[in-house]
Amino acid sequence: MAVLVVADHDNASLKDNTHKTVTAALALSGDVDVLVAGHGVAGVAAEAAKIAGVRKVLTAQSDALGKQIAEAVAACITPLMAGYDAVLIPATSAGKNFAPRVAALLDVAPISEIIEVVGPSTFVRPIYAGNALETVESSDAKKVITVRATAFKAAGEGGSAAVEPVDAGAGAPKTRFVSDELVKSDRPELAGAKIVVSGGRAMGSAEEFHRVIEPLADKLGAAVGASRAAVDAGYAPNDYQVGQTGKVVAPQLYIAVGISGAIQHLAGMKDSKVIVAINKDADAPIFQVADYGLVADYKIAVPELMAALTDAGH
Amino acid sequence: MGQTRPVRRFWLASLRNPPRTGLQSALGALLAWRRSLKVWMSMKILVPVKRVIDYNVKARVKSDQTGVDLANVKMSMNPFCEIAVEEAVRLKEKGLAEEIIVVSIGPIQAQETIRTALAMGGDRGILVQTDADPEPLEVAKLLKAVALAEGPGLILMGKQAIDGDNNAVGQMLSALLDWPQATFASKVELSGDTVRVTREVDGGLQTLELDLPAVVTADLRLNEPRYASLPNIMKAKKKTIDIKTADDFGGLSGGHLKVLKVTEPAKRVAGVKVESAAELVSKLKTEAGVI
Repeated sequence: MAVLVVADHDNASLKDNTHKTVTAALALSGDVDVLVAGHGVAGVAAEAAKIAGVRKVLTAQSDALGKQIAEAVAACITPLMAGYDAVLIPATSAGKNFAPRVAALLDVAPISEIIEVVGPSTFVRPIYAGNALETVESSDAKKVITVRATAFKAAGEGGSAAVEPVDAGAGAPKTRFVSDELVKSDRPELAGAKIVVSGGRAMGSAEEFHRVIEPLADKLGAAVGASRAAVDAGYAPNDYQVGQTGKVVAPQLYIAVGISGAIQHLAGMKDSKVIVAINKDADAPIFQVADYGLVADYKIAVPELMAALTDAGH
Repeated sequence: MGQTRPVRRFWLASLRNPPRTGLQSALGALLAWRRSLKVWMSMKILVPVKRVIDYNVKARVKSDQTGVDLANVKMSMNPFCEIAVEEAVRLKEKGLAEEIIVVSIGPIQAQETIRTALAMGGDRGILVQTDADPEPLEVAKLLKAVALAEGPGLILMGKQAIDGDNNAVGQMLSALLDWPQATFASKVELSGDTVRVTREVDGGLQTLELDLPAVVTADLRLNEPRYASLPNIMKAKKKTIDIKTADDFGGLSGGHLKVLKVTEPAKRVAGVKVESAAELVSKLKTEAGVI
C-alpha cells in the first residue's frame, strides 16, 4: 500500500500541517510520498524531502497550481492516484477545496477531517461540530482523506527523499485567478501556533480588539484568534475565526478573552492542552471547558495579566 | 487566465465593429449575441438545501452508538444553505436571474425546508424523496442529474451541512458536471456569462472568475439571510414543489462508507477558578508549564 500526502505550502515555505499529515499517512503505510503542487516550489520540495519517513517527493508546477485552483490541483492529483491506494490532504481551506473533487473524479467517497487512523480502512472523524465522533469504514479501493492536522503529532526531520517532477495536469481552463488579498502578519499562524489568544464580542470594537488582544498575543509570541461573534461584528478579520465554521486549533495554551463559549466556538478549540478563560460572567459556558478561569472584566484583567507576565520575565 | 471567452469576445467585437462580410457572418454575430443575452436573461439558479438539526440544538449521541438522536429534535434548514438561498434571491432581485429552483434530497419533511426557501424568494421546489441518508457522493450524483434536467446557469449551495460536516458535495458536483467551482464564497458578482467570486481562504481572500455554468458554495459572511415575511410565507404555500424519487434521477448509487459507531467525544473537565492575574501566570508557569 502506497500513500500520497499533498503538501500544505504557500510556494515559499512548507507548512507544519504537512508533517502532521505525514504522521497520519505513516499510520497507514510505510510507503509515503509527498506531492508539492504549486509554482516555484523547489525550496518547498527540498523541505519536504527532509521529513522523516518520506520515500519520495513529487513536484508539479503551473500558474494555476501556484494559486491552488481546485480544478487544477485535482487534475494533477487524479492521474497520480493510479500508483497510490490513498491520498491524505491537510484539511486547510485549500485542501478542503480540492479533495472532494479528486474523490468525485475517482468515484470514491471522500473521508473528511479524520482525527484518528484506526486501521487501513477505518477512521474517526468529528461530526455535528465535534459533538459526536463517527468511526467509518471505507469500502473504496482508493481513499481520499482530509486530515485535521491538529490531531496528529508532526513527523520529525532527518529524511533525505529524492525529488522528482510530475505532470502538472490540465489546469483550470474555465477558472481565472483575479486577485489575492492576504493578511500579512509577523505573528505565528493560527492553525499551528503553540499559544493562541482569542478575543470575543465583549471587546466591543475593532480598535479595542486591536488594543487589548494583540499586545497580549505579542507578549506571549502567540497567534491571534477571535470568536465568530467578534468576526461577524467586524472586530477581527474572517481568517481569525476559531470554531466549527472557522479554524480548528489545538495549541498548548489557549487564552479566551471576553468569549462566552458558544458550542460553535468550543468546537474549534476544545482540544487545546490548556485553556484559560477570562470573562466577567461567572456563568459563561467557556468556564466549563477552561482549566483556569478568571472571573473579571478584561479591561482590568488583561493589563494585570500583562504586568504579571512582565514580572515573570516575559 | 485573463482572456475573454470566444462568445463574449465575438459579441463585444460585433458591437464595436459590425461585421460587413456577408450575410453568414452577420447571422453568426447575431446568434452569438443572442446566446450571451439569453444566458443573462433566462438564467436559472439551482439551490440545493438540506434539512438538518437546528444549529442551536446540541446534538446528543444515542446510547447504542448508532448515531445522533434526532427524535423530537427541532430541525431547520442548514444555515449555509440559507445563505445560499438568500444570495440567489438577491441576484434575482438585481435582475440577474430569472428563476430560483430549490432542491432538497431527504425525507418527506424536507418539503418544509423547501417551503422555507420558497418563502424567502425561491420560485419552485423539487423534493427528491428518500428516507436513506445518502453520502455526499450519492447526493452529488443526484444533484448532477437534477442540474442536467433543469439547466441552471449557476448552482449556489452551502459550503457544508452542520450534521455530517463533510464540506464535499459542492466540489464533487462541480467535478461530476465538469463545471468550474468557487467554494467558501464571501462575495458573488454575476456579469454576463461569468461569475466573479471572492473566497475566504487561509490567510485572507482570493478572487476567481468562473465561466458559467458554475458551482459556488456559500460561506458565513456572504450575506445575512432574511426572515420570510408573513405574506411571503402565505405566497410560498401556493408555489409548486415537485415530489420525485431518487429513481427519477438515476437512483442512489450506494454508499461507500459504513458507520461503525458514533460516540461522544471525551469531555473536558472544568478546572479551577483563579483569583488574580498573578495567580494565573504562576499556575501557567509552574503547574501547567505552558509559558
